[in-house]
Amino acid sequence: MKTSTLFIRTPEGIVFSQLLAGPVTRFFAWFIDQLCISAAMFILGIALDLLELINWNFGLALSVISYFVISTGYGIFFEWNWRGQTIGKKLLRLRVTDVEGMRLQFNQIVVRNLLRFVDSLPAFYFVGGLACWLNAKCQRLGDIAANTVVIRNPRVSEPDLDQLLAGKYNSLRQYPHLAARLRQRISPAEADIALQALLRREEFDEVARVELFGELAGHFRARVEFPAEATDGVADEQYLRNVVDLLYRTRGENRVPAGHPQ
Amino acid sequence: MIVDLQRFLAGERPFWTEFEKMLDRLEAEPELRMTLPQLQLFHHLYERTAADLAKITTLSSEPETRRYLENLVARAYGEIHETREKQRRFFPLKWFSQTLPQTFRRHVRAFYLSVAITLVGCAFGGLAIAFDPDAKPVLMPFSHLLADPAKRVAEEEKATHDRLAGFKTTFSVELMTHNTKVSIFTLALGMTWGVGTIIMLFYNGVILGAVAVDYIHAGQTKFLLGWLMPHGVVEIPAILIAGQAGLLLALALIGRGSRVPLKTRLREISGDIVTLIFGVGVLLVWAGFIEAFLSQYHEPVIPYEAKIAFGAIELILLSLFLAKSGTGKKPES
Repeated sequence: MKTSTLFIRTPEGIVFSQLLAGPVTRFFAWFIDQLCISAAMFILGIALDLLELINWNFGLALSVISYFVISTGYGIFFEWNWRGQTIGKKLLRLRVTDVEGMRLQFNQIVVRNLLRFVDSLPAFYFVGGLACWLNAKCQRLGDIAANTVVIRNPRVSEPDLDQLLAGKYNSLRQYPHLAARLRQRISPAEADIALQALLRREEFDEVARVELFGELAGHFRARVEFPAEATDGVADEQYLRNVVDLLYRTRGENRVPAGHPQ
Repeated sequence: MIVDLQRFLAGERPFWTEFEKMLDRLEAEPELRMTLPQLQLFHHLYERTAADLAKITTLSSEPETRRYLENLVARAYGEIHETREKQRRFFPLKWFSQTLPQTFRRHVRAFYLSVAITLVGCAFGGLAIAFDPDAKPVLMPFSHLLADPAKRVAEEEKATHDRLAGFKTTFSVELMTHNTKVSIFTLALGMTWGVGTIIMLFYNGVILGAVAVDYIHAGQTKFLLGWLMPHGVVEIPAILIAGQAGLLLALALIGRGSRVPLKTRLREISGDIVTLIFGVGVLLVWAGFIEAFLSQYHEPVIPYEAKIAFGAIELILLSLFLAKSGTGKKPES
């Protein structure tokens, strides 16, 4: 079955996931890499043109071999030295990793890069793209042979909660034990739905918005029941704001961005 | 269950930071060997971080922390559970004199298969030219091979100027890069369950057989040997070894009679494939150099006997190298 996430279960029973990169993103990364190779060749070409003036034969030979080495070795060099990334992959936040989460070996990098010769057939990586599209882990032929996958590490943008929730009194905050239970019971996907609904509220038709917030508020009310004095008279949309406030603003004003430990 | 998230994050963060530092160091210094206390600490931090990840996974409000912990656990998982030998410093001489021939011998059956396919192609090409000389333009893609061999030999032998003068280095490099690309392609086509590799080897054989029979038929056997042997005795085995690597890949992919999973089969041969193809590259550099600087010069510049003798010596040395070099030494894993 095709999936966009690779789950790896460690022997300790911990599951971690890696988001798989799709063929289009990978194509753009490849395109950037091609531009980098062309730029490198252009700069090198100027130097070699000067050398050709001194010794035409040697200069030409050097340019032939340089093109071959750069075009073939570019991916190998960068993926090995940048732990699975080239310039294009770095810009698009992609990375080559072992399919089972093991340490990426030099052999794997060489194999996946040499097999580009077949993946790029007949033009513009048609074979590789097709393989990637059909494969459950979005692997091109080189990846299959090398036991590698390309994962993406998207930047998780912090929602502007201050603007979204500013100036509103949150009656649910009076019950920290229920707030903790709410955080425990609500899955990341559910929390994200609530947040997205609030962020995109202006995009909805008015009637649809009332219905949507009604359904969402009903769902969250059912998950953790707060005392009536905290919820009576609170509109569905405001209830949802309060829930999002509890879920996302857990560290008050001194919030430190997660992922950047202090 | 995390009751106070803020306290949990504040309490655990120093451990994650320390763990990340250890991972950074480990990845930056592949030669690093940790002491027992360092290993114990590393393992402890891994388990602690993995446990934190398990705790936080269910928490809706911390997608970035979860991703950060997943990243740490993923990196450490590779270090802790990797059973393949750690990458060591590369010693080119040891690799060439020991690893390469040992790898070649380990998969010599794939090489024999590669030779057999090429020989079938040779027989086909030779017979086709013998029975239908008009088929030359179809079988030989290179224009300089289409001329009458006797006429070509006469022209080459009476040439007074060096047609490669001032161009030898470029010609040599073009041969090296072209042949290396063909070899990599032959290897890569192993991913077509070997069909592409077989076609490449067969087609190379067809051209070789057709050229050989064409020149022998025209009474130019000595010229043929003097022309092809100096570089061909290295270049042809190099292509055959590329075919060997391609067939190795195909055999791992097919896995006939093997109960080992595909991933494991491919993992087992990936190092050997890389060794073989780098070996092919080295051989082709030598062949390209010889083809440009020696093979294109004929009598009276260089006697054919000398060229043939040179080719024969190369062949003996190459055979000895592949058959004997590195024997008795512990194979690289």
